[in-house]
Amino acid sequence: MIGTFDAKIPAGPLAQKWRSHRDHSRLVSPNNRRKFEIIVVGSGLAGGSAAATLGELGYRVKCFCFQDSPRRAHSIAAQGGINAAKNYQNDGDSVYRLFYDTIKGGDFRSREANVYRLAQIANNIIDQCVAQGVPFAREYSGYLANRSFGGAQVSRTFYARGQTGQQLLLGCYQALCRQIAADTVRMLPQTEMLDLVIVDGRAKGIITRNLRSGHIDKHAADAVVLASGGYGNVYYLSTNARGCNVTGTYRAYKRGALFANPSFTQIHPTCIPVSGEHQSKLTLMSESLRNDGRVWVPKRKENREKVPGEIPEADRDYYLERKYPSYGNLAPRDISSRAAKEVCDEGRGVGHSGRGVYLDFADAIKRLGEETIRERYGNLFEVYEKITGEDAYKVPMRIYPAVHYTMGGLWVDYDLMSNVPGLFVIGEANFSDHGANRLGASALMQGLADGYFVLPNTLPNYLAGQMGKRPSPDCPEFREAEQNVHARIDRLLKVNGTRSLDSFHRDLGLLLWEKCGMSRHENGLREALQKIPELREEFWRDVRVLGSDEDFNQFERDESAGAHFREEHQTPDGEALRDDERHAAVFAWEFGGDGQAPKLHREPLHFETVDLTQRSYK
Amino acid sequence: MNFRLRIWRQPNRKSPGKLVDYDIRDISPNTSFLEMLDILNETLLGRDEEPIAFDSDCREGICGTCSLTINGEAHGPDHPGAVCELYMRKFRDGATIIVEPFHVGSFPIVKDLVIDRSVLDRIVQAGGFISARAGSAPEANSIPVPKHNADLAMEAAACIGCGACAAACPNGSAMLFTSAKVSHLAFLPQGDPERASRVLKMVQVMDAEGFGNCTNTYECEAVCPAEISASFIAKLNREYARAVLQRSAGE
Repeated sequence: MIGTFDAKIPAGPLAQKWRSHRDHSRLVSPNNRRKFEIIVVGSGLAGGSAAATLGELGYRVKCFCFQDSPRRAHSIAAQGGINAAKNYQNDGDSVYRLFYDTIKGGDFRSREANVYRLAQIANNIIDQCVAQGVPFAREYSGYLANRSFGGAQVSRTFYARGQTGQQLLLGCYQALCRQIAADTVRMLPQTEMLDLVIVDGRAKGIITRNLRSGHIDKHAADAVVLASGGYGNVYYLSTNARGCNVTGTYRAYKRGALFANPSFTQIHPTCIPVSGEHQSKLTLMSESLRNDGRVWVPKRKENREKVPGEIPEADRDYYLERKYPSYGNLAPRDISSRAAKEVCDEGRGVGHSGRGVYLDFADAIKRLGEETIRERYGNLFEVYEKITGEDAYKVPMRIYPAVHYTMGGLWVDYDLMSNVPGLFVIGEANFSDHGANRLGASALMQGLADGYFVLPNTLPNYLAGQMGKRPSPDCPEFREAEQNVHARIDRLLKVNGTRSLDSFHRDLGLLLWEKCGMSRHENGLREALQKIPELREEFWRDVRVLGSDEDFNQFERDESAGAHFREEHQTPDGEALRDDERHAAVFAWEFGGDGQAPKLHREPLHFETVDLTQRSYK
Repeated sequence: MNFRLRIWRQPNRKSPGKLVDYDIRDISPNTSFLEMLDILNETLLGRDEEPIAFDSDCREGICGTCSLTINGEAHGPDHPGAVCELYMRKFRDGATIIVEPFHVGSFPIVKDLVIDRSVLDRIVQAGGFISARAGSAPEANSIPVPKHNADLAMEAAACIGCGACAAACPNGSAMLFTSAKVSHLAFLPQGDPERASRVLKMVQVMDAEGFGNCTNTYECEAVCPAEISASFIAKLNREYARAVLQRSAGE
């Protein structure tokens, strides 16, 4: 294994760690910064904010994205909001509470020090975004407004209509544009990273392909920052954009970077169900709909295809209200998702495919009037009608869970550096802050914390020792990586088979969704582990264009934690049952060679401040 | 449902393009327009023909990547919304559908339906930002912003940067796009210090890149997937006039 496997958590009391770490880290002086080249792969909230901030500091930055403009990165699709512990509502919020809610929401599978730092930085992010002109919602007084979100008892979420991700991304895109104009950042859109180059054990560059010309290029640098997002699209159907793939992190993994907690994937309960086999993506409907909608399916499966209005009350099963009387339709994400799967598995799912449940607003409309519902959710009802052609004011919505976010990712230490020295990983691409389950409005917070505030403070600590050590892109390591890329492309083109890439991707996605989706069982996992190599073999025999593949062993985490629900491990009332004794650890996987099993490393998690309790939202 | 598609094919920027007919059958009305093109491409691949190049990414109307003119309308007939939010049930069974890229002089065609909109990035790079260094921002609530202004700023900031406004405009004008960014930042006190230089620089680049001028036909507003109001163009004109007067007064 390359490098070390030490989280390097600073000593001292939790609240002082970040401060004292910065006080003792090495720096790069302003005159020397222009001598360093930094590569940033990705231009979303994490990559865009990192590239802009490093450019502003005076480093020479190259930023890569596969889209035609950095403004189109998929952070743009985030709807709900961004958390911070400002306590503007005077409702008892604090940095500690934001920290505790986040670590508990993650079912105690993340590092205390990282999560505490995130909670500390969250307030700076709001300040920074307001200064940039992000038009957050405001009260009539002119001060910032907040809304409540799941998993918290305080109101701490800042938002810009239902387009918070868009507005935060445009804020950091504009900061990036300013640096591009100032010539500190060179933007390379429509360029994807195809390999990581390691020289003397350190990440020193990447190999890219221009998606328009097909040209392969070598880029040398003093450090490489991956901000290329999560791996949700491995399931084929997800709420991710079409272009989001895991190539960047996967190539780094193949070059020795550890992949941590891959089994922690978040399934969002309220998405529009799949309508046909050619569907290309799934659309999220804001979770806020569950405030007024009631979730149900018919009690008997014979009624599954009946018009919903013809099913009398007595024949309906409001299963969330029945199973979770105190939380009802507002049960947490992972629990609601699993409950929907369960009733559909019983054959009671509705809609053409049988993979859907009703979200019914009839009672709320009767109680509050259609006008109130229109005011609250009008735009969501419009989106629903565009996609399904149905009027949700008249017939209940149909919803089903979908893959949404991946908590797992490349392993990083406290400085956000992977076990490969010089390779930093930020945003959804790393594994660091959300444990086994991410709370709403935390993804935007982490992406911007990493890019604006953490990386710019930790990167110099590494760079200070690397002055003048940037290799030439013509050195043997770059030539080897470039040849590697060419060989792979040639091999893919030579297959000249009969099946399209999408058809393989769909098969792989379906297999993972069935066997490693909302809940997992040892038998299903074994089946998947056997079928993936078969699919890979067929891919290399019969594919027609380009692709990537992935598999990990999920047996090792023989417990349930947050979104990783092993059917064998549940409490009598169906909650995730952790095994803190054996599994309070990060599981990080090392690539073992093509066709070989990956090797497991464990990083034990030490909890000095919080008690590990059974997570219950009942 | 069955359709005849007449699709713009053009191998590269320099070669001439033309409309080519394709018949497509048995499409479910619940298929999105772009999924219908995915299906067509799978068929073409199976026949050893070159698939049609088109751009898309989020497929939920927010990233602004998709950029098709359908039967002469930017983003097709289902306004407001981007092409990725258009479903085949909006068409008559057996219809002939003409699919072209956004035809704007400043958006060169790369291949088939794919265009180069990097010019929109260059307009923002000219000044569409507030210079705020990470680390130097004051406490967020130290400057109250009247709710009305914050709401107007949000309405303008909702632009998804697709360029449909320029494609729909008979003059090929990008004034709606530029005005949205100028207005967004001009409505906020944080945008005030750079207000005059911002509008002058952005308009200068917009003109230099070859976009036309606004003659109040409002086609831009009609096709805009983010429902950006043409009244922001009036705001842009006011901001520009204000900045020119300030400059000539030597301020």
